[in-house]
Amino acid sequence: MNARKVTYREALREAMVEALRGDPRVFLMGEDVGAYGGCFAVSRGMLEEFGPERVRDTPLSESAFVGAGIGAALGGMRPIVEVMTCNFSLLAADQIVNTAATLLHMSGGQFSVPLVIRMATGGGKQLAAQHSHSLEGWYAHVPGIRVLVPATLQDARGMMAGALECPDPVLIFEHQTLYNREGELAEDAGAVAIHGAKIQRPGRDLTIVAYGAGLWKSLAAAEALAAEGIDAEVIDLRVLRPLDDATIVESVARTHRVLIVDEGWRSGGIAAEIGMRIMEQAFYQLDRPVARLCGVEVPIPYAPQLEHAALPQVEGILEIARELIHGHE
Amino acid sequence: MKLELQNADHGIDLLRQMILIRRFEEKCVELYAGQKIRGFLHVCIGEEAVAVGALGLLAADEAVVSTYREHGHALVRGIAPGAIMAELYGKREGCAGGRGGSMHLFDAATRFYGGNAIVGGGLPLALGLALADKMRGNARVTCCVIGEGAMAEGEFHETMNLAALWRLPLLVLCENNLYAMGTALAHEHAVDGVSRKADAYGIASDSVDGMDVLAVEGAARGALERVRSGTGPFLLECRTYRFRGHSMFDAELYRPKSEVEEWKARDPISQLAAGLESIGRSGEKLRAELELAADEVIGAAVEFAEAGQWEPVADLTRFVTSETS
Repeated sequence: MNARKVTYREALREAMVEALRGDPRVFLMGEDVGAYGGCFAVSRGMLEEFGPERVRDTPLSESAFVGAGIGAALGGMRPIVEVMTCNFSLLAADQIVNTAATLLHMSGGQFSVPLVIRMATGGGKQLAAQHSHSLEGWYAHVPGIRVLVPATLQDARGMMAGALECPDPVLIFEHQTLYNREGELAEDAGAVAIHGAKIQRPGRDLTIVAYGAGLWKSLAAAEALAAEGIDAEVIDLRVLRPLDDATIVESVARTHRVLIVDEGWRSGGIAAEIGMRIMEQAFYQLDRPVARLCGVEVPIPYAPQLEHAALPQVEGILEIARELIHGHE
Repeated sequence: MKLELQNADHGIDLLRQMILIRRFEEKCVELYAGQKIRGFLHVCIGEEAVAVGALGLLAADEAVVSTYREHGHALVRGIAPGAIMAELYGKREGCAGGRGGSMHLFDAATRFYGGNAIVGGGLPLALGLALADKMRGNARVTCCVIGEGAMAEGEFHETMNLAALWRLPLLVLCENNLYAMGTALAHEHAVDGVSRKADAYGIASDSVDGMDVLAVEGAARGALERVRSGTGPFLLECRTYRFRGHSMFDAELYRPKSEVEEWKARDPISQLAAGLESIGRSGEKLRAELELAADEVIGAAVEFAEAGQWEPVADLTRFVTSETS
């Protein structure tokens, strides 16, 4: 199998280009997706290939263009709507939560909404409190939508096809620090499942549940732990709704210790949900209380040392992992 | 009313439709008192001319996105009265399977996309339907019904701008009934003459007496011709009035009774009946006959709803996501 070097950004672009080439119903719309090439340069070059009808720049009207995505989906198109960051998605939260997520159920099964919404999430680039938050956990609270959190190149490349095939609204959260991440991708990389978590690193002593940028921090921590003789298993959640309880519970049943890494705020976050599911389904398998490392409950600050401290980091994962293995020292 | 009827039969048909809506909703109010209908119930009594005059002109495959005061719109678009009544009852035979109730009537067969209880929330959806039609080369109109209250929402302005920018086949039909729930127009809009808001977006607009069904029809015909010609969206304001409260829980503290009486004197049904009288048809006799016929239809609708089934609770989580996914 031939592999080549690509970035996460390029993998996302390849997936969209493939989708637009393969299905005339698919189009991309959002702020600066066309002439600018995308705020994070994901759609660069697509305007030239597909033209302004199908790579459609929108004004700063999140509610209207996200809602237009819903309407276009109802009208037989397969829109991909890009919202620059999940912070801005709050301007369209009504359309997402009150319309996209409700329509199928509220209409008694008559109107499904095959809409894909992509947005950047997360901190780590000193963009401060209105460009750095992690709101995927909020959206994962809402029945009726599917929440994807691709962390790997394979998922960045492969989740779009499944998202576009899904008859229901799919939200894709792309962590801002991953766009430049480079790695090897198979020449023939294609569609991947849009359900299920994946064990990215098997281990015996401890389960680390992570997603998005937290996956890479967790894998780095696992390497450091290995040097200390601790064999950590790392699970990439990949999908926050629906959550893959089985993979988590099965892992915990083997390792008996679990740490959840989640960049979102601690209170009421997705880590809390995962922790509770472990309590419900694997309580008697636990040798230690469920642990979590979340974003500190502050608006993400600009100053580098403060931002660093506000987000889960490798050191924090190591500290908790050691404690889960050795107890308090 | 200055009656410019091409033929009396058309006038009678308009009268028939308005009377059906009126009687249907009077029955709804009665059923609400009897607790057959629960939740929120918003009736359009007094505003029937807008639904009948404007939505009656849409082709069968043209889409409607409506508000939470939409029973009249649904009836005009051809959703079966029984399916609407069953929805108000919350029965499985309802046009949304009992999931939506009064505020959320849906019907795929007639391209009726709700029944939206978020004021202004339907506008972006309608924009997208119009966008899809334009991209797919379908020469048809999407009509989004709003109240004047929605014009204070950001969605209105975002949608108007985008619809004009992309020259989309969208008719925004504003039922200006002078009150956003209990807030009078003067307290909700900085400028009077709400159709003028279209000017800011270069959108053609018109404003018409919404108590005169023929005037509404005439203006809507012009608006639709324009939208269908591909020149972009159109805003049609119909100045109307609801004779009843906002919902069933409205003490109507915010408007004088005399104002309600003044508007009732302009009842669209009475006006049209009088108009028919003036061209030699017995308006009142017609009215009585049409009421009788409407009552039969409504009686059957109530029977249908009464006989309907409750969706089994086991089905509660059906359709949260598609069953094929």
